[in-house]
Amino acid sequence: MAPVSRTRDRPAFWSLRNFSYQAYRLKNRPELIIGVLALVFLGFVVMVPLLQIIKEAFTFQRYDLAYQPDGNVGGFTLLHFDRVFFQPISKALFFKPLINSLMMGVAVTAIALVVGFSLAWLMVRTNVHFKGTFGAMLVFPYMMPSWVMALAWLSLFKNDRIGGSEGLLTYMTGTQVPDWVAYGYLPIVFTLAMHYYAYAYLLISGALATVDSELEEAGATSGMGKWKRIRVITMPLLMPAIGSAIVLTFIRILGTFGTPALLGMPVRFFTFSTQIYASINARNQGDAYILALVLIVLAVSFIWINSRIIGVRKSYVTMTGKGFRKHESDLGKWRWPAAIIVILFLCITVALPLILLLWESLTLIPGNYSLSNLTSYFWAGQGNMQLAYGEPGVIHNRGILEALGNSIKLGFAAALFNGALGLLVGYAVVRGRGARLSRWLEAIAFAPYIFPSIALGAIYIGMFSTNIGPIPALYGTFTILILITVIKNLPFTSRTGIAAMLQIHQSLEETARVQGIGWFRRMFRIIIPLSMSGLVAGMLLTFITAMRELSLIILLISPGNNVLTGLIFGYQEQDMAQHSAAVTLMLVMFIILISVIVRLMSRRAGVGKLSVV
Amino acid sequence: MGQIRLDGIVKSYGKEVVVKNLDLTVQPGEFLTILGPSGCGKTTTLRMIAGLEEPDEGNIQLGDRMVFSRSDGVVIPPEARGLGLIFQSYALWPHMTVARNITLALKEKKLSKTEIAARLENALDLVQLTGYAERYPSELSGGQQQRVAVARLIALRPSILLMDEPLSNLDAKLRTEMRASLKRLHRDLKATTVYVTHDQIEALTLSDRVIIMNEGKIMQEGTPFEIYHHPANIFVAEFIGDPGINLFHGVTKNSTLDCGDITVPLPENLASADRRLIAAIRPEKVLVSETEKPGWQKVSTEILQPTGADTILQVRIGETSITLLQPGFITLAEGSKLWINFAPDSISFFDPETQDNLRSTAD
Repeated sequence: MAPVSRTRDRPAFWSLRNFSYQAYRLKNRPELIIGVLALVFLGFVVMVPLLQIIKEAFTFQRYDLAYQPDGNVGGFTLLHFDRVFFQPISKALFFKPLINSLMMGVAVTAIALVVGFSLAWLMVRTNVHFKGTFGAMLVFPYMMPSWVMALAWLSLFKNDRIGGSEGLLTYMTGTQVPDWVAYGYLPIVFTLAMHYYAYAYLLISGALATVDSELEEAGATSGMGKWKRIRVITMPLLMPAIGSAIVLTFIRILGTFGTPALLGMPVRFFTFSTQIYASINARNQGDAYILALVLIVLAVSFIWINSRIIGVRKSYVTMTGKGFRKHESDLGKWRWPAAIIVILFLCITVALPLILLLWESLTLIPGNYSLSNLTSYFWAGQGNMQLAYGEPGVIHNRGILEALGNSIKLGFAAALFNGALGLLVGYAVVRGRGARLSRWLEAIAFAPYIFPSIALGAIYIGMFSTNIGPIPALYGTFTILILITVIKNLPFTSRTGIAAMLQIHQSLEETARVQGIGWFRRMFRIIIPLSMSGLVAGMLLTFITAMRELSLIILLISPGNNVLTGLIFGYQEQDMAQHSAAVTLMLVMFIILISVIVRLMSRRAGVGKLSVV
Repeated sequence: MGQIRLDGIVKSYGKEVVVKNLDLTVQPGEFLTILGPSGCGKTTTLRMIAGLEEPDEGNIQLGDRMVFSRSDGVVIPPEARGLGLIFQSYALWPHMTVARNITLALKEKKLSKTEIAARLENALDLVQLTGYAERYPSELSGGQQQRVAVARLIALRPSILLMDEPLSNLDAKLRTEMRASLKRLHRDLKATTVYVTHDQIEALTLSDRVIIMNEGKIMQEGTPFEIYHHPANIFVAEFIGDPGINLFHGVTKNSTLDCGDITVPLPENLASADRRLIAAIRPEKVLVSETEKPGWQKVSTEILQPTGADTILQVRIGETSITLLQPGFITLAEGSKLWINFAPDSISFFDPETQDNLRSTAD
């Protein structure tokens, strides 16, 4: 046996030989290069902005001169901190929005969870009628912006509080709807819950479908009753999914902007998200940054508390429901009543809002719902100075069509970049499994999850309003919309990418390597085709999310880069109800149309079944 | 051309050292098998030759080319090493037809269309899969998939072939068949072959030379005959052979080893007194008689396992159990008496301390 002393041959760390060795090694391991590049990129677009707004929040800004004329612009200050937490104005600026946000978050999460859980149970574990149809319809809210319900609510219950037209109820009964029904906490909670149940439903039904009935049967054979089986066996297995549903819903509610803006701001009911928007509009960015930071702290501590209580470390892991459906309990005489309840529910959450919006978009004089008042003007009108400030109908309206083009562009661009980034992150994470780089990359790709949408938007204003080195100021550009959408969706797409990559056995790539096939060809001939179905599903999801997103981009849009959601919000602010209804319908139609086309195409191309979430 | 040289290879994962200072040379055209239990470092060694793993220390040379050298700072990636590798899972690309599976790497090498077509046809012909070119891997049986993986290598014509347990996913009957076709592949390509397996039958039937590894170290290297008949240490003796070798712990008494219930004759060079030794004899080497013979030891039959061509017998003498292997389909009542004896030249002796074979050191 040769002596082990050959170890001494190892070249010195700083030697040229060692350098060439390390360079060779790096070339040999593309996942390391990708990993490092991805880490640097994500660090730049996720971590740097966060540090940036922390810094900005404690920097004396030019607009602060209005409050402190002798201040030193660019110097350190606690002015914003003081205003948000310790001044008389803090009550309106911080404490009320805090309480409103928390109350809204808790109530919506609770309702969404109960509704989502009940529906999931009904769909997976019982023999309720029309399962297939219901299954397709229940995820419908996922395809609509979260504030469609709020718009519909206004069509129905709007009163004379903010002037302009009134809703259908007032039109029919002639009496004013009280403020607490038309605006504020109650309608916000209701309309949000009727949207966000879809997330809880998808997560829980996915998990429920993978709970092996054999486990429950094992419980039955050891003499457990039905309820005890559910409590002792099924529920603990569902806990991770329930936990992620809670976290997901709560963080989204914290960051949601559309609904609280539509239903809360008219009665000065502010949440964190609308307060951040208001502060930015009032040119008090410093206050907005502090509020955004508080929002992030809230989200992080919520994840932490939730994981403590549920006891599952990674309670936010989303599951995909590759279900083996079995053991459905017989509802007996309740089969029909249950089906009718679901139909009613679908009517309220899906059909009614869309019908109300359609009707609204067809009324000539807002607030008059009689048949004689119907018009196609807001869809096909050429523009008439007497109506809606002369704004033409949808199909002749250059602003709307441009925004539609932008929305579609945003959706496709975000989907494409997200798909590519998700693939590369998945590749680097899975191939580098076990190494520190892989863990860091996975963690940082997940980081945007903890930023509530509106807070991430605020961060991006702070970051990209001036140029950073070679990167020009991105504020007001279309690029920043793509960037923020890609980053916000990254936790989901990188998860899809990792899952897809885990399914491709390492040897499939290694055998190509050994046969002399280079990295690019391995990617395009082997890795990408094999991970296609997962990728397409993830990209479709990003597309839908990007098309319907408002909270994330509301702070970043300007006339130059406006998209449909921003346009709708603008119409609503100007009380142009028909236009906002018509454009909303158009948006929903396009989302559905494009998802259907993608699904059909991917089915034809032999890409496997798509799963949502 | 085609020689493989490993020189002082060390590989660890974290704190666990899986290959410990390995030296190994495979001659051009040789069929070498690395045999060992799972976790012995054999697959890691193969993957280091292929370039899929990086050693911590040492050099690897393929032909006259240095493909890895920690001291010279050389790491040639697997794509540039020009090898053929067969995986346990065959690693056929499921989304490509058989033809595309075979020709993808040829296209990468920028061969002419006619050349590629000719090689494809030839390869399919050699593995008897002509007519299957347009099938997808999922439409083939396990054995056919295996043959596609072989055809992929034939078409590529590498001068070095690496095989990582290529038969372990097949059922017993197919395995025998595929062993023959792998041997033919080696002969046709005249490639230097390194074959990794935990199956001793594959090792013994296929190889020119066998290396037995355990815990990252080479326990023995030699021809299949040497490995089987002259195990270098107890590990090899026990690892090779099915049914397993009989081991008797005993104390020397002049020219015999007293193992309690039985006594074993000692060769002259080991004759001594009160030395602890281990005697090992393969089941088929034990002499058996149904009638009493002078000097033979009486045993009683406990369990019979006829396998068709042979019969495995478990016999007992006092507290000692002995395994015998006899040709033919034997039917005997349990408890039947037999007489056994040991031929002196068929017994190996090991030192219980060093675990090494004493006779081979004496030779």
